[in-house]
Amino acid sequence: MELMFTESYHVARADYTSAGHASASIKRQLKQIGVGGDVLRRVAVASYEVELNLVIHSLGGDLTLNVYPDCVELISSDTGPGIPDLKLAMKEGYSTANEMARSLGFGAGMGLPNMKRNADEFDIKSTVGVGTTITMGFHLRGN
Amino acid sequence: MVSVLNANVLIGEDKLDTPVYTACCSDLMSDVLAFVDEKTVLITGLTNPHVVRTSEMLDLKCIVFARGKIPTEDILESADEQGLVVLATKQTAFSTCGILYEMGMRGVPVPEQWEKKDK
Repeated sequence: MELMFTESYHVARADYTSAGHASASIKRQLKQIGVGGDVLRRVAVASYEVELNLVIHSLGGDLTLNVYPDCVELISSDTGPGIPDLKLAMKEGYSTANEMARSLGFGAGMGLPNMKRNADEFDIKSTVGVGTTITMGFHLRGN
Repeated sequence: MVSVLNANVLIGEDKLDTPVYTACCSDLMSDVLAFVDEKTVLITGLTNPHVVRTSEMLDLKCIVFARGKIPTEDILESADEQGLVVLATKQTAFSTCGILYEMGMRGVPVPEQWEKKDK
């Protein structure tokens, strides 16, 4: 499948001030390309959730936007610490977020389930001590 | 909304005729991101930049800051760039909800999958 557009953003650990900038940029880029409506909102929400996860939980990582003719792909890849129990992490309400994240209104244990709900395709792979990679696909039918 | 809440219009005086149909009251942006759609008013007591960023991601049209809280100028500027209407009321979040409910505004529908999960 032909890659029409790609862009990567580095997301730093614990950078709560900038958290959301990458997602805002992703949303702007997609809007310019002509993606709109429900798909744009679902990509934006999932992107913001995954970006916040990188800031709150990871040691830092990259968020990549790939646009294909019929789908938008978001890939979040970090360098650790990895998730020991993926099943538990996917459970609504389960959270290991710190006080800082909670004081900003996050860490309610909704992030991963919300990403899965918004994406048409969702895949998460994690190895403790190595890192976590989340791949999300959003179909562009009728967009 | 402005008159019943005796609210100050901090941003978006020219967009006060934008229609909104539902409301969500939360200081938990995680919850807001999980089940709110764009025609929703966000009522919150939280005044950090993530309230505006969350609204931006969801294409929300209006934020009501309750309990007399006013966000800082940079947050308001960012809300202005997003084309949001921002109101501030001295009412508590609970009273704000009650007043808007009396006016006919309703909450965001519970997502289907949550209802299924409870059965």
